[in-house]
Amino acid sequence: MSNILWITGGRVIDPANKRDCIGEVYAIDGIIVKSLSQSQQKKANKIDATGLVVAPGLVDIHVHFRFPGQTHKEDIRSGSEAAAAGGFTSVVCMPNTSPVCDNAGTIQRIMDKVERDSVIHIYPTGCLTMGMNAEELAPTGQLKKAGIVAVTDDGKCVQSNEIMRRAVEYAHMFGLPIMDHCQDSSLTKGAVMNEGEWSLKLGLRGWPKAAEDIIVARNVILARLTGAHIHMQHVSSAASVDILRAAKKRGISVSAEASPHHIEFTDANLQGYDPMFKMNPPLGSAEDRAALIEGLCDGTLQCIATDHAPHSPNEKDCELDRAPFGIIGLENSLASTLGTLYHSGRLSLSEVIALMSHKGAEICNLDAGTLSIGKIADICLIDPDEEWTVQTDKFFSRSKNCPWQGRVLKGRVKATYVNGKQVFDGAVITG
Amino acid sequence: MSKPLTWNRKDLIAIEPLSRDEIETVFYAAQAFKNAMKADRSKQPYLDGRTVVNLFLEPSTRTRLAFEVAANKLCADTLTITAEASSLTKGETLRDTAQNMQALQADIIILRHAASGAAHYLSQVVDIPVINAGDGSHAHPTQALLDCFTLVEKWGTLEGKNVTILGDILFSRVARSNIYCLQKLGATVTIAGPSTLVPEGFVSMGVTVCNDLQTALEDADAVMLLRIQHERQSSSHFPSIGEYTSSFGLNNERANWLKPEAIIMHPGPINRGVEIDSKLADSKRSVILNQVTNGVFVRMAVLHLCHSYYQSKKINLPT
Repeated sequence: MSNILWITGGRVIDPANKRDCIGEVYAIDGIIVKSLSQSQQKKANKIDATGLVVAPGLVDIHVHFRFPGQTHKEDIRSGSEAAAAGGFTSVVCMPNTSPVCDNAGTIQRIMDKVERDSVIHIYPTGCLTMGMNAEELAPTGQLKKAGIVAVTDDGKCVQSNEIMRRAVEYAHMFGLPIMDHCQDSSLTKGAVMNEGEWSLKLGLRGWPKAAEDIIVARNVILARLTGAHIHMQHVSSAASVDILRAAKKRGISVSAEASPHHIEFTDANLQGYDPMFKMNPPLGSAEDRAALIEGLCDGTLQCIATDHAPHSPNEKDCELDRAPFGIIGLENSLASTLGTLYHSGRLSLSEVIALMSHKGAEICNLDAGTLSIGKIADICLIDPDEEWTVQTDKFFSRSKNCPWQGRVLKGRVKATYVNGKQVFDGAVITG
Repeated sequence: MSKPLTWNRKDLIAIEPLSRDEIETVFYAAQAFKNAMKADRSKQPYLDGRTVVNLFLEPSTRTRLAFEVAANKLCADTLTITAEASSLTKGETLRDTAQNMQALQADIIILRHAASGAAHYLSQVVDIPVINAGDGSHAHPTQALLDCFTLVEKWGTLEGKNVTILGDILFSRVARSNIYCLQKLGATVTIAGPSTLVPEGFVSMGVTVCNDLQTALEDADAVMLLRIQHERQSSSHFPSIGEYTSSFGLNNERANWLKPEAIIMHPGPINRGVEIDSKLADSKRSVILNQVTNGVFVRMAVLHLCHSYYQSKKINLPT
C-alpha cells in the first residue's frame, strides 16, 4: 500500500518555483505529486495546515555531527533529530571528524551510520588535503565515489596558495564545490574575539577581520585563475562582503554563506566573557553585522548556514581563552533568522525560506530545497509568528552550547516531513 | 572622611564597575590601616579565624606577597597555591579547584590567572568573595587602587592632574585598570609607546593616544612605566628590546622633559635598563617602593571591605 500525504489549507511557500499562495501539497511514496485521484484522497494521511506556512524542508550546508570520533558532543542520531526539530531535512556534514574524512572508508562508515540512525538526509564532505594538514591532496575522486558532495578543510584553512590552487583545480574536475573556512592563521595566533574596541576593553586577544578578508580575496583570485567554484563559509566581515560583491559583478564563480549568529550578535556580546559567544570566525562589529545583512538582501551572500558546532557542557564551562570555538544552532536557526531578516522587515518570508533551502542546496548540487513535482517530499510546517523561549535542556542536540539560551524567539517549526513521512511533530521526534 | 563609607560588592573583579565613592572608601580604609600600623605594628584582627586562599596560577612576587602580608596583618590564615603545585596540572578545572577551596572552608579566594575574564568566571562559580589579583590582559584592580592611593597621598587629589602611562599598553592589565581608576578620580590620561602596543582604538576608553614620547611626557604630573611583557607578545610587536629602549626607555635625558616635580611610578617587576634607567628607578622622583608598601594597606582594605559586605557586616575600621 502506498503512503499518501496531503497537506491542506496552508500557505505554500516554495521559493524555487516562485510559489506563495494558500494551497495543497501532495506526495505519494515520498515523492511530490501534482494532484491526488479521488480514491487516493480517501486513503491519504490528511494534515490540516491552516494558519501555517508549508515550506520545503530546510537545508543547512554547514554542520558538524562529530561522527566518527567525538560522539560525546553529537552523533548522527542526535544531530539528525536536532536538525529535524529545526525544520531541516538535508544537511551537509563537515569532515573534521576523528579520523578526518580523507579516505573512502571513513565516508562509507558515515554513510552506513546515516542509513541506520538518521531521521533526515545527511551528506558528507571530504577533506581537501590528507589529514587536513595542507601538504598533500586528499583522494577526491575516491571520496566522490563514496558519496561526498563538497570538498573542504573546514576549520583549518589551507594557508599555502599553491596547495589551495591545485586542490581547487583538482576538485573542479569532479564537479565538486570547494568550501573554504577563510582564515589567515598568521594573523590570528592566540586570538579569541574580534579585534576592536571590545577586545581592547576586555583585554582579550584580538582577531582582525583582515584575517578573513585576505583569504576571501585570495579565493576570489584563485577562482578566477582556475575557473573552479569556491564557496566561502560563514562570512563575517564587512570587507569580505565588499570583495565578494565586486567578484560577482565580474562574473567570478564564488558563493558565500552567513550564519545566524553573525547576523544577530556582535562582539559587544562578549562583555560577560561568556564562552557561548566564542566561535570561529568571531562575532564582528555592528558594521560587519549590518554589511552581512545587506549582503544577504542583495544576493552577495547566497544562503544561511548554522556552522552547528557541538561541544559538551564541561568543555565550554571554563575560562574564555580555554573554551573551544563554536556553538550549536540547528534548533533555533529558523527562528533566529526570521527575527533578524523577516520580522525586522528586511526580507519577505519567501526570501528567508529561499536562503535556508534551495539556495544552499544549489551550492552543493543537492536534490533538495523545493516542492517541485517529482522531487522528494521533504517538507516543514512553520508558524512564523509563534513565540517561544529557547531552553537548551529541551534540545535534541547532545550539546547545549547555544548563545540563544533563555532568549525569546519568534517563529516555530510545527512539523517536519522527510520522504513524505513525518519525523517531527512540533514536540517530539516521530521518525 | 566626611562622606559615608560605600562598598557594594563581595568581589573585586575590575575597576570599571566601581563608583568613585567606593574607590575613595578603599583609600579611606587603607589610610586607616596605614595609620594604625604606623602607630603600632600589631595586627588588626578583622579576619581572625578566616582562611584566605591565594590561588596564583601565574607567576607573581609582589602581588602574592602583598596579599599574603595583608591577610596575615588582618590575622587570617593564608594558603598559597601555585599552578605547578595544584591539581590543575592533573587536568582539574578552575571550577573544581575553586569549589574544593570553598568546600575546604576558604572564606576569600584571591585569583591570579593568565586568562582574561577568569576572575569574573570564578565569581560566578563560588559564593565566597573573589579578589582579582590580575587576569590576563584585562584587569589588576588592586594595583590601580594602590597606584592611585599613592598619588592621592602625594597630591591630595587627582582632579586636574595629567598622568601618562608608558609602555606595553596592549597586553597590560595594570594599564587598563589604571585608565579607569585615574579617570574616575578626575585625572586626564595619556598612553604612550610603540604604535603596535598602543593601538589607536584605546581612544574609546577616553584616553589620548600618543606615539611621541616628548609630547607624552611634557605635561605629565606622573608617568607610570610598564614592563614589556615578553610572555604575552608575539615577536612581531617591535623589533628588539634595544630598539624599544632607544625609542621609549626612560633615561635621564628624557626625564628632563618631565616637569621637575613629576613623579615616576612602576608596578614592578622592573627591567632595569630597558623601560627605565636604573638610576631613575632609585631616584627621589621614584615612588616605586612606596607603591609596594601602600599595596599592603590597599589590599588589607579590599579584603576587609569585601569580607564585610559578604558577611553583611557594617564596615569597622581602626580609629
